[in-house]
Amino acid sequence: MTDLTLTPTVQRRSHPGKIGAFVRAQPLGAIAFVVIMVMLLAGIFAPFVAPYDPVEIDFASVMAPPSPLHVFGTDPFGRDVLTRIIYGARTAMVIGFLSSFLGCSIGALIGVASVYYGGKIDLVVQRAVDIMLVFPVIVMALVVVSMLGRHPVLGIDMNLILAIGIPIIPQVARVIRSAALPVRSAAFVDAARLAGFSGVRIILGQMVPNVVAPYIILLTAFIAQSILLEASLSFLGLGVADPTPAWGLMLSGSSADFYRQAPWIIIFPGVAISVAVFAFNFFGDSLRDWLDPKFHR
Amino acid sequence: MISYALRRLALIIPTLITIAVLVFFVLRIVPGDIVEFKLRAEGSDVSQEVIEKERVRLGLDKPLIGQFGDWMVGLATLNLGQSMWTERPVTEEIASRLPLTVELAILSMLIALIIAVPSGIIAAVYDSTWIDYSVRIFSIAGLAVPPFWLGMVIAVGLLYFFNWLPPITSPSLFTDPIGNLSQLIWPALAVGYRYAAILTRIMRSSVREVLNEDYIRTARAKGLLESLVIRRHALPNAMLPTITVVGLEFAFLIGGLIVVEQVFNLNGIGKLFVQAVTRNDFTLTQGIIMLIATVSLLITLVVDLLYGILDPRIRYR
Repeated sequence: MTDLTLTPTVQRRSHPGKIGAFVRAQPLGAIAFVVIMVMLLAGIFAPFVAPYDPVEIDFASVMAPPSPLHVFGTDPFGRDVLTRIIYGARTAMVIGFLSSFLGCSIGALIGVASVYYGGKIDLVVQRAVDIMLVFPVIVMALVVVSMLGRHPVLGIDMNLILAIGIPIIPQVARVIRSAALPVRSAAFVDAARLAGFSGVRIILGQMVPNVVAPYIILLTAFIAQSILLEASLSFLGLGVADPTPAWGLMLSGSSADFYRQAPWIIIFPGVAISVAVFAFNFFGDSLRDWLDPKFHR
Repeated sequence: MISYALRRLALIIPTLITIAVLVFFVLRIVPGDIVEFKLRAEGSDVSQEVIEKERVRLGLDKPLIGQFGDWMVGLATLNLGQSMWTERPVTEEIASRLPLTVELAILSMLIALIIAVPSGIIAAVYDSTWIDYSVRIFSIAGLAVPPFWLGMVIAVGLLYFFNWLPPITSPSLFTDPIGNLSQLIWPALAVGYRYAAILTRIMRSSVREVLNEDYIRTARAKGLLESLVIRRHALPNAMLPTITVVGLEFAFLIGGLIVVEQVFNLNGIGKLFVQAVTRNDFTLTQGIIMLIATVSLLITLVVDLLYGILDPRIRYR
């Protein structure tokens, strides 16, 4: 897990603004961002970039080794590995982003609300968070996914997104709670209370904007975690279902039976997962260093 | 100290009870149970009548509150019921798989420490040099590489470079220790590397912090060899945060084991859990979740207490 040491950013709203400044301050983070953009664009424009059809089965070239025709070789169904990796980027990015967004947003709201209402509510929320943190994310995700089954909307399994997003909630709630604590005692919150604003209005209008920096950092970091978790679930046969191209899925099923004879069918998808997770982690770390002036290495 | 430990131990019980209640109801929120899955798995069309009969036999027709009562009473007497799939007692199913997973977990943890402690120290001592950067890249990569994929790559590597496949049968650690280790060391490496990545980061930053302390300057000023400064003065103090993280990230280790056991086809708790979850085997799933929760809570407690023993400044009351 990335160690997220976040200091709250209460008074400071100065944004270093320019992209150029980020590139100069965090060159490695900028490279990571480029990698993310390449994957994103490859995913969006997959039909134009990919050399073959991702699901078309070709028994004439089953498990063909890498060659100019099939740069990364073909899998046990004769499908082009490179093509499936490019389409897999789509799955990874969509599920990674949506799950992380869902988990981080709910987690952040719970964290902020728990600080705002304080007292018994805060105590109960903290206990609930502690209990949820006892379990490894994959255990929780497996339980949710098997409980809910599959529920595809526009080709995206909504229950899978829930299964990956839910285990993120307690982790985000905890970090955002500590970031929101000093905001709670800020003068503008008292002012808003005196002005008679409702709790919901103060939470959304006064407190949430002050935890945006840690929220964005967490969002990036958990996209990496979500991609990895999606790959693990798909690998276990409980994530994305065949024939949708997904990186984790490319490592399971018949690939798991034949990878010793044809290592290229697993090497490249695994590299794709690692590079994506690496890029999001690295970008998240650079973003944290950049957004948080109190954090010195 | 002892009374503190006992008090903490007593606090685990209400947490476990809460988890037991939650787990029971969470698993049953959504309709659908093992029976249809089990009978339809055989491929044939099954009449509603047969399904109902099976449900009665497995006790799934009882009202939820009755089943819940059985679960809670059973829990108090350490009777977790019978697996709905194999119909063997859950405790028996778990006990037969537990030794393998425990061994794998300990091996992975050892491998992680063997990698993380020296590389964390080296990275901190050679701060901001190429050594530091390569250690950091190595550790960030460890968080990015999926453990199950690493396991597959290790298996391919062994086959290509040594023309050797890990044995399929699991020899016992006690009768054939070499055969046992030669099988388990590879999955342990796949899980351990990921774990090592986290520990290295913590180790590096805590050694760096300790190296700025006054007592390190004193030790250096009195002319002590740098290697002795590190070993005697820096290391014992820097180990504390690392030990904490070993405990705190235990959940992480379990997560790795679940997927890696699949790759190496090891019949451990992880594989059992995936089977239980896929088959909607509620009783077995519940049992394994309670096991994971208990172990996690106990490890956190042990780490806390260890902290008090290792750091004389911390006193528990």
